[in-house]
Amino acid sequence: METIAKQGARVQLQLNGRVREGFAEPRTQLCDFLRHELGATGVHVGCEHGVCGACTVQVDGKSVRSCLMLAVQAQDSRVDTVESLAEGELMSDLQLAFRRNHALQCGFCTAGILMSCAEFLGREPDPTESQVRDMLSGHLCRCTGYTGIVRAVLEVANERKSKNGEK
Amino acid sequence: MTVDQSVAFDAPTRRIGDRVERVEDEALLRGLGRYGDDASIPPGTLYAAVVRSPHAHARIQSLNVEKALEIQGVHEVLTGEDVARWAAPFAVGVRQPMEHWCLAVDKVRYAGEPVCVVIADNRYLAEDGADAIEVSYEVLPVAVDPEIAAEDSAPVLHEAVGSNIVNERNFNYGDPDLAFEQAAHQVSLKVKYPRSSCTPMECYVVVAHYQSASGTYDVLSNFQGPYALHSVMARALKVPGNRLRLRTPPDSGGSFGIKQGVFPYIVMMGLASRKVGAPVKWVEDRLEHLQGASSATNRVTHIEAAVESDGRVTALRYDQMDDCGAYLRAPEPATFYRMHGNLSGAYGIRHLKVRNRVVLTNKTPTGLNRGFGGPQVYFALERLMQRIAVELDLDPLEVIRRNLIPADQFPYQAPAGALLDSGDYPGAVERAVAEGGLDELLERRNQARAEGRIYGIGYAAVVEPSISNMGYITTAMTADERRKAGPKNGAVSTATINVGPLGDVSVHISSTPQGQGHQTVVAQVVAEVLGIDFDSIRVNVELDTQKDAWSIASGNYSSRFAGAVAGTVYRAAVAIRDRIAKVAAEQLGVDVEAVRFANGKVFAPERDPIAFHRVVGAAHWAPGTLPEHEGGALRETAFWTPPELTAPSEDDRVNSSLCYGFIFDYCGVEIDPVTGECRLDRYVTMHDAGRLLNPALVDGQVRGAFAQGLGAALMEEFAYGRDGSFLSGTLADYLIPTAPEVVEPVILHMETPSPFTPLGAKGAGEGNNMSTPVCIANAVADALGHADIQLPLTPSKVRGLIGIEEPPAPEHLKREVEAPSIEGGSALHASDSVEVPASPQEIFDSLLDPAVLAAIIPGCHQLVLDGENRYRADVTVGVGLIKARFQALVQLSDLEPPNALCLSGSGSSPMGSAEGRAQIRLTPIEEGRTRLDYQYDAAVGGKIASVGARMLQGASRVIIGQIFSRLSQQMQGETAPTGTWSRFKLWLRRLLGKGGAA
Repeated sequence: METIAKQGARVQLQLNGRVREGFAEPRTQLCDFLRHELGATGVHVGCEHGVCGACTVQVDGKSVRSCLMLAVQAQDSRVDTVESLAEGELMSDLQLAFRRNHALQCGFCTAGILMSCAEFLGREPDPTESQVRDMLSGHLCRCTGYTGIVRAVLEVANERKSKNGEK
Repeated sequence: MTVDQSVAFDAPTRRIGDRVERVEDEALLRGLGRYGDDASIPPGTLYAAVVRSPHAHARIQSLNVEKALEIQGVHEVLTGEDVARWAAPFAVGVRQPMEHWCLAVDKVRYAGEPVCVVIADNRYLAEDGADAIEVSYEVLPVAVDPEIAAEDSAPVLHEAVGSNIVNERNFNYGDPDLAFEQAAHQVSLKVKYPRSSCTPMECYVVVAHYQSASGTYDVLSNFQGPYALHSVMARALKVPGNRLRLRTPPDSGGSFGIKQGVFPYIVMMGLASRKVGAPVKWVEDRLEHLQGASSATNRVTHIEAAVESDGRVTALRYDQMDDCGAYLRAPEPATFYRMHGNLSGAYGIRHLKVRNRVVLTNKTPTGLNRGFGGPQVYFALERLMQRIAVELDLDPLEVIRRNLIPADQFPYQAPAGALLDSGDYPGAVERAVAEGGLDELLERRNQARAEGRIYGIGYAAVVEPSISNMGYITTAMTADERRKAGPKNGAVSTATINVGPLGDVSVHISSTPQGQGHQTVVAQVVAEVLGIDFDSIRVNVELDTQKDAWSIASGNYSSRFAGAVAGTVYRAAVAIRDRIAKVAAEQLGVDVEAVRFANGKVFAPERDPIAFHRVVGAAHWAPGTLPEHEGGALRETAFWTPPELTAPSEDDRVNSSLCYGFIFDYCGVEIDPVTGECRLDRYVTMHDAGRLLNPALVDGQVRGAFAQGLGAALMEEFAYGRDGSFLSGTLADYLIPTAPEVVEPVILHMETPSPFTPLGAKGAGEGNNMSTPVCIANAVADALGHADIQLPLTPSKVRGLIGIEEPPAPEHLKREVEAPSIEGGSALHASDSVEVPASPQEIFDSLLDPAVLAAIIPGCHQLVLDGENRYRADVTVGVGLIKARFQALVQLSDLEPPNALCLSGSGSSPMGSAEGRAQIRLTPIEEGRTRLDYQYDAAVGGKIASVGARMLQGASRVIIGQIFSRLSQQMQGETAPTGTWSRFKLWLRRLLGKGGAA
């Protein structure tokens, strides 16, 4: 196959709240750019063909597989990765629920799963178990059998409901 | 003097057995894990891409690296020649004249076998370079099916061996022949266990740095052990062990045995670094992982039982054939021998006859995969137990019950040598029956069947071995060969505890975990022994072979952590506690026996407690005050090997593992009568893994193993074409269970501590990989009344078992489809017709015109005459995301002017190979119009077949359709299309829109 022209571009985006800039070829995948150019190694690359979901990040608030997007397409976007979930050094309710429910083992797929769950709970505050499982069907986890993940998401939804009820 | 210390004595720090949250999790949840690809690398590190064979069996005729090296940023190519110069073939567990190098040196023996390594500035450029490598192959006949490969007439992979059977061993324990002679019944079954893999989400990573001044290969890799392979790697690199420094990163993205298979790449990248004179990094991609990393061993088993009329089994005969792929890669043929001592399972069967044959085929070499050997053995044994019940008209659970080893017989010496350490199998079964609700499940089956639904219940009783005997593999050799080679046995575990000058406790273990939570459990053990705060302990699990305590048994496999590693940590903690107690006894002025540790303090009766850090601080800050024989500085490394793990005996008995847990599973499965989908109604799994160190983590292991077992039962298979092409190269082709497919199992525990491990714990990580596939298969067998059940039980396979006839296709979709006549990875066959506005003679003449031919072949850049009606062509073909430029040979033959001819083509590209052949018949239909009927066979291999199989049928139809539509276009010049042609174009457009093929 022909070698693709190597012209590069400066790509600027807002990563986890900070404006960041780096070099990308036209063919550079967003996941590679985030990991190796900007150092967001919390983004995990599991299949590079859009099936496993480990590389899921949020682009302008929407979950996206960063292996199926080119870095240049993210120019001027807001990109949030798993590193954005904790507030300072305090883990979010979702992260704490994952730990309580043993929702992770090796943690490799977790980075992407957390991003999908965070977005999902934002738009679906009162999900059923089957909705949670359906949302998770875009992710592959080989360690947990998904039980802990489903429990954690439902638990966070309940926590947030009762918290909002108290207000 | 003190009054409250009795409280501390009564309430020591209890941690072992708690459901403690994991210390690993915070870093992983915050995206701060440090996996292989996250590790900092030396400045100037280059990147590697591996060029792999598209053929399953071929001789390498030439390798041209020039074009790759012309690419700016590509620096070097490591080839088989370099490897032959600097390295040696890998050591093999059986004595046979066969060589496995880290790169192919003369022949390739499986699709995906590494041929050379391109080293460039970055991964993208390395892959560009890999595409520019030109390899010419002489394609050889293949042996893919193990039973055919074992025949004398099969193509031989390793000519010097002369056969594909590279190892055979026969064993007799007791008097099986007599038992079979005297048996009231004989029940037999043939089963096949397929290829699959637990596929970790993180692929292989290697960063290698050859340090030429000292001749040291310094490698970081997400290797998982066993570290016996360190010796295999050092030997292959032709260096002493201390010149291969192997390090592992702090985190690993799963392994399940599979990352054992990274070891050839550690050697390969070490040599790549040596070739280019810089550090080299390689990150495997998913296609490489699926096709070329590793696989569970597929097995063909004939199993027979000698059975009394009440269902009691007196003897078993196993005739097992393991397909280990193209090379017998260490530690194979261990899939056989890991289970050897306990081949009689959970049953008191005393007579056993075993024939084990290892056959090589043109497939990826096999290796460790969670459950290792267990799924294969129990699929045969537990399917047989179900068949005994069917054939003797007994309740399958009753057959299991009548054969279980009674509880009072432990430790129980099994006929093939396993010393089953502890258990209460009948007790576990009865508890599972009661607590899991079997009666209710049986009632549900009755009701379902009364309503005409298809429902079955399956059972499986499984002995789960853990902590492998490092000598079991030598059972593949005869006693005579073993005597010559010297005895191999045991399994050394290590643990190091250091107490720092501030009283801080650090632990190192060489168990290279991949997500199991070893750091948490180790901290629990140490916190309890030293009576200190759990959170104050740091556990390091990185392993550096030049700095850390390790041995050949180190690593994460055979579920050795809870029994062996945590037990060794306990021994190290006790050793350091005893030293600290002596220091404290002197400080407290009491006998050492009176000293107690709890709540961060050291106590003795009637003395003020001293803070732990003050006692241990003396060892660093005031060594002069220490008791005699106390050397100061507190560091203890414990080594432990269990004496029960002896070498195989003269009569081939082997205690293949130290511990044997017990699992009893049952499940209800309902089958959709229309789709053939198997739905798990309930799955109950009872485990006795000895003492549980952290029940939450054990449940996590059970759930994960269950989900993988479910995948193996219903979905997962590495598929190969008849030509050895690999057909499961994406995670859209190799299906893994997702959240909606995995049901929550009912998990039950009982604890019968092992008398042989320091903490009474046994392994628990692999059980459901062994029990779940066969338990589900037994339920499906029960539902359908079939004996021949093959995994995975995909809906289409189950439909076949139910006997659902495919309804006829709607008239407008009818196509004549016969078996393809071309052998291939993805073989396609179809026919179609098109109306062309020209006479048969005009069409015939046009097809013989090279200019027309060049114009009608889609993506044809150039067509050069190569002989009579033979052309060399340069063609770009795209399927889905893949686009490749083929060097093709196009030929016209079987000319019958003006009625018929044959158009054929074959070619190869970096993306794989393709060949096709179209029979064309021309029939005049009216003046100036002809119906062109064509019927084609096509086959593709290599990468295209691996990743594009789902799209090929549609794509080939479109591409071949294009040839004839273009012909039609040519025949009518640039005039507006007529009716048929317009319809054809519309159809084509619809197809393109749907199929995504171009």
